[in-house]
Amino acid sequence: MASTHALASGMGGMRTAGDLVARMQMTRGMRLPQAKQYVADKLGCSVLDLSDTIAMHDLRRDLGLGRMQVQDLTYPEHPGNMEAKFHIAEVLDIPINSVECFKRNAGPM
Amino acid sequence: MAQRIPTRLGDGSLVEMTRAEIEADLHAGSEAAVKRAKVEPLTEDDIAHLLDIFTSPARFSAVDYGDEVVLSFDGSGNADISSPVLEQVIYQNHHGADMIELWHHDYSYKAVRTVLPFQTQMLKDAQQQTVVPLNYGAMPDLGRYSVPDGPIPNWSELMPLGKIAEARAAQEEAIGHLEHDMWCVIEGMVGAGVDGIDFDTAGAAGDADLLATLRVARRVRDRWPDIGVEIGQAAELVLGMHGELEYEGTRLAGQWPLGQLRACTAAGATIFGPAVNVNTTKSLAWNTARACALIKPVTAEATIPVHVNAGMGVGGVPMTPYPPVDATSRASRALVDICNIDGL
Repeated sequence: MASTHALASGMGGMRTAGDLVARMQMTRGMRLPQAKQYVADKLGCSVLDLSDTIAMHDLRRDLGLGRMQVQDLTYPEHPGNMEAKFHIAEVLDIPINSVECFKRNAGPM
Repeated sequence: MAQRIPTRLGDGSLVEMTRAEIEADLHAGSEAAVKRAKVEPLTEDDIAHLLDIFTSPARFSAVDYGDEVVLSFDGSGNADISSPVLEQVIYQNHHGADMIELWHHDYSYKAVRTVLPFQTQMLKDAQQQTVVPLNYGAMPDLGRYSVPDGPIPNWSELMPLGKIAEARAAQEEAIGHLEHDMWCVIEGMVGAGVDGIDFDTAGAAGDADLLATLRVARRVRDRWPDIGVEIGQAAELVLGMHGELEYEGTRLAGQWPLGQLRACTAAGATIFGPAVNVNTTKSLAWNTARACALIKPVTAEATIPVHVNAGMGVGGVPMTPYPPVDATSRASRALVDICNIDGL
């Protein structure tokens, strides 16, 4: 069922900008058109690009927003997981709680 | 003889119906919503579009380019791998989840509180292995506080005895316990790095259950304005187990999705999740039309994102552990196309 929804109507998660639009919905309560436009403006792309895996693969690479490993494609020299979330917070101009916790815990004792 | 088109009933079973029968069910589903919830019927254009979706011979149906919505996936993951953190990675990487949700298999804030250090540690670990936003979710589940599961006299036993005042007092006392447990869990989760909180199936035990949720949601947004608050409803109608409870001057009992949206918005929710129940003996066309008629006024008025519950037995998706792809994709597309929803 999860995959069916993803294919029928989902933005695509990390393959696209679905997670970025989701962040604006959950933290700022933005409705979908507003959230998509906000993210597109921040990324410097079109709204249509946000759901396009090809466009977003390159944009996520350029901005360090994290990409998924697919079969033999890995990105060990690029930001991933927590590292990527640092960049997402900066690009979207929102605080991300796990990033703030990481900074707090990784800083000098 | 009219061509018979494969489609589904609300229990997922495969049936064949003519185009005229499907069209009649679309009208009947819309009218059922009108009759119960006093909403506007679907327009002729809506019915025509739904008819196209439900009479298509294609096995799969999908939204147009650019119309994709955010999938929040409450309760993401399954129990089969026995690795909740890994399940989040799987939903992120393999199911296209835009948001994920860590949860405990005893899906109740009361139960979670007893294992909170393990859940918060798991949440922290999950945050270090994922990128997409991560909710923590559980049910408010007010009934857990009544005898024999909790310390409060059981209001469901008091009411048949005519002890209405006692039943109401019991629920009011239970609200305090529930709010305390939810707050303890949320404080722990925010400290561990959660992105948002999901109050899932809010109102399952009626208006008192929903009131506790709204009060805690308000506190969360006031204390942590950057933490997401998703309130997913238990059902299309708030049961009046208490009957007199209000939130900001509005009685909660008897609220349909639009009234629920208003209450959740007032409480500071950042995502509202309406739930419309499925009638298992009616066709998928009937159920989806009814769901669309109930949700359309919600999205027309909403100022916060609306993520419709579209899982087994709600939102037009059949009540079965394995919702068929043909049925789920049609319900998914219909909700997006007709209701302009923000997510699922």
